[in-house]
Amino acid sequence: MKHKISITVNGAVREAEVESRLLLVHFIRENLRLTGTHVGCDTSHCGVCTVHLDGEPVKSCTLLAVQADGRSVNTVEGLEQGGKLHPMQAAFTEKHALQCGFCTPGMLMTTSALLERNKNPSELEIRQAISGNLCRCTGYLNIVKAVQYAAEKMARPS
Amino acid sequence: MIPAQFDYHRAGTLDEAIGLLTRYGTEAKVLSGGMSLLPMLKLRLGSFGHLVDISRIAELEYIKEEKGVVRIGAGTRQATLERSALIKSKFGALADALPLIADPLVRNRGTIGGNIANGDPSNDHPAIAIALGTELVARGPKGERTIPANRFYKDLFVTDLKVDEILAEIRIPLPPPRSGSAYRKLKRKTGDYAVAAVAVQVTLNANGAIERAAIALTNVGPIAIEAVEAQKSLVGKKPDEKTLTDAARLAAKAASPSADRRGSVEYKQEMTRVLALRALKAALERAGGK
Repeated sequence: MKHKISITVNGAVREAEVESRLLLVHFIRENLRLTGTHVGCDTSHCGVCTVHLDGEPVKSCTLLAVQADGRSVNTVEGLEQGGKLHPMQAAFTEKHALQCGFCTPGMLMTTSALLERNKNPSELEIRQAISGNLCRCTGYLNIVKAVQYAAEKMARPS
Repeated sequence: MIPAQFDYHRAGTLDEAIGLLTRYGTEAKVLSGGMSLLPMLKLRLGSFGHLVDISRIAELEYIKEEKGVVRIGAGTRQATLERSALIKSKFGALADALPLIADPLVRNRGTIGGNIANGDPSNDHPAIAIALGTELVARGPKGERTIPANRFYKDLFVTDLKVDEILAEIRIPLPPPRSGSAYRKLKRKTGDYAVAAVAVQVTLNANGAIERAAIALTNVGPIAIEAVEAQKSLVGKKPDEKTLTDAARLAAKAASPSADRRGSVEYKQEMTRVLALRALKAALERAGGK
């Protein structure tokens, strides 16, 4: 069975005809060629496939593309606005919050969504928020620092 | 990993979803949050000809208090429950459990109805529903019927729901004064299922003796287990150390775990005992007993 779907991806309406079983992450990577969203464990544990669905972080490997029909999806490519890095991306750079970088897109999507909901999260809240995103380099310390730094920057943009 | 072929159907209303289930019978599977179903399909542990997506049915997402009962729409997300002041203030067991279910991203999609109706003994809501005296409302082509949570589970992944029925609502009675509930869960890491977990609700009488006790166990048998003997042992007694220790031992006896990479049978039974004791103490403290 084929479905005509229309998804607003990073602000642009994208239309396609997809099979029922096509996963959202494959639609994003293979149909739209937005390869910033990664596939890791493929069983909804690691979080590298995290995207925003109507603003909420979700694991796109565990969602069908057809389920996102009519909704808005933001990927890591959508964080940068007008050639300017999102404060979270700038903070990850500043605080060296990545080593191999494989988990980074998912981390950015989860933590940017966290700051939308909670402007000033505690260290515990940050750690809980990223508990569904695995960093195999175990770079959590700098990731937490980056989120704190981004929260400060967003509260007081210099 | 890519699931085997199926046809996806998005239901706009509950009646439409029931109509689709009636049409496709055993070939159909309800898709709610999909947090268990999609991994299962991807791993090819199961396959269905038709998925009936109920996740866009607005009438299935609500939390309301009415006449001494908290009514939760089956499509309510775990994250919504986690943020609900009503849920947190009335049901300590749910306040304990919700932050420990899967991970925050999964809780943004996963629903309480899916967690209960999936019939997976490693899910947390079944035992909690049993301990809180929850009633489950099933809707089918002939209308509505109510099933007590402790009679809902028949076997591993087998529930009382008929093929054309959908779990529509979860009804949790507000506990009487001097009640408290708690959930204690041991898991190896975020995102893992419980090694074992125990849900407890207790009610004390005016003299501080236990008037009513409910204890249910997660992931130590083919279904969520109501620890009936442990419950009975508590009624009418003052909650002293010996009473609680004995009840925890009886709760562990009710467990029938199997050995896997989360531990041996003996380990899981012992953890059930420890968690039962901790959950009992926490529930009693919330009931004002200690």
